[in-house]
Amino acid sequence: MNSPLRAAVILFPGSNREGDVARALRQASGEPPAIVWHDDRALPPGTDLVVLPGGFSYGDYLRCGAIAARAHIMDAVRAHAAAGKLVLGICNGFQILCEAGLLPGVLMRNAGRRFVCRMQHLRVENPSTPFARGYVQGQVIKVAIAHGEGNYTVDEAGLAELERSGRVAFRYCDADGALGDGANPNGSMNDIAGVYNETFNVLGLMPHPENLIDPLVGGVDGRGMFHGLSAA
Amino acid sequence: MKARVIVTLKPGVLDPQGKAIEGALRSLGVAGVASVRQGKSFDIELDADSREAAGRKLSEACEKLLANMIVEDYTVEYE
Repeated sequence: MNSPLRAAVILFPGSNREGDVARALRQASGEPPAIVWHDDRALPPGTDLVVLPGGFSYGDYLRCGAIAARAHIMDAVRAHAAAGKLVLGICNGFQILCEAGLLPGVLMRNAGRRFVCRMQHLRVENPSTPFARGYVQGQVIKVAIAHGEGNYTVDEAGLAELERSGRVAFRYCDADGALGDGANPNGSMNDIAGVYNETFNVLGLMPHPENLIDPLVGGVDGRGMFHGLSAA
Repeated sequence: MKARVIVTLKPGVLDPQGKAIEGALRSLGVAGVASVRQGKSFDIELDADSREAAGRKLSEACEKLLANMIVEDYTVEYE
């Protein structure tokens, strides 16, 4: 490792997982991330990774992530992504990335109408990126989910393109890695839990790997993501 | 000028909230409810010289923010 990962976590009004992801980043890289206010115009110089944390930005007004996606800092996040640098959106951050047009599709209300808050298994579909290189293909990991709008929806052509180009990062599965109705918590198309952009430098996912970094809270399967990111 | 923008889910897009409302209406004994789809409406006052000019501004508002065009459609009504 040449220099520690320089990460910036964007704080929107209503974000609430910024502390969790900051802890995960600090544990993995030894450096605390910068916390950047949504109304700022620029990211700290030298930022490698931008994280949009979970929460309920703007109280989910209008649509989840819709207002945050139009915040001033998002122009800088767009430029950061366009330069090929890393952007990670978790839960509400995934919703924001979709609303901002940085990822395809939209997160709709859970098909079962309930907010789901529990542990969930995921199957690693494409670990050949900085986000997932701490895992292996097909690995089953256990992380937390907590969302009411995680039902990933995209048009037919968009879905085919995601599948064809290996842009599905994670899928919901059971403890054995099997896909199917019972293992899908929200009705997402093709059991999709996370997707990459077409250049694989932007990842959005609904589950919370940042909450599974300490044995005290039920597991450490989330560490792989932050160690992978820190190993640049 | 006053306008009402109505945003609705595109046909075929699953609407769990509409389904829940539909079920609640049935359980309240409201007869004859075949289906419910939930949408949003926005009452907007704006400066515009003509309906055409207003229409352009409202289309911009819808496509930039009020509707997610992946899953929603919008219509505009004028007072």
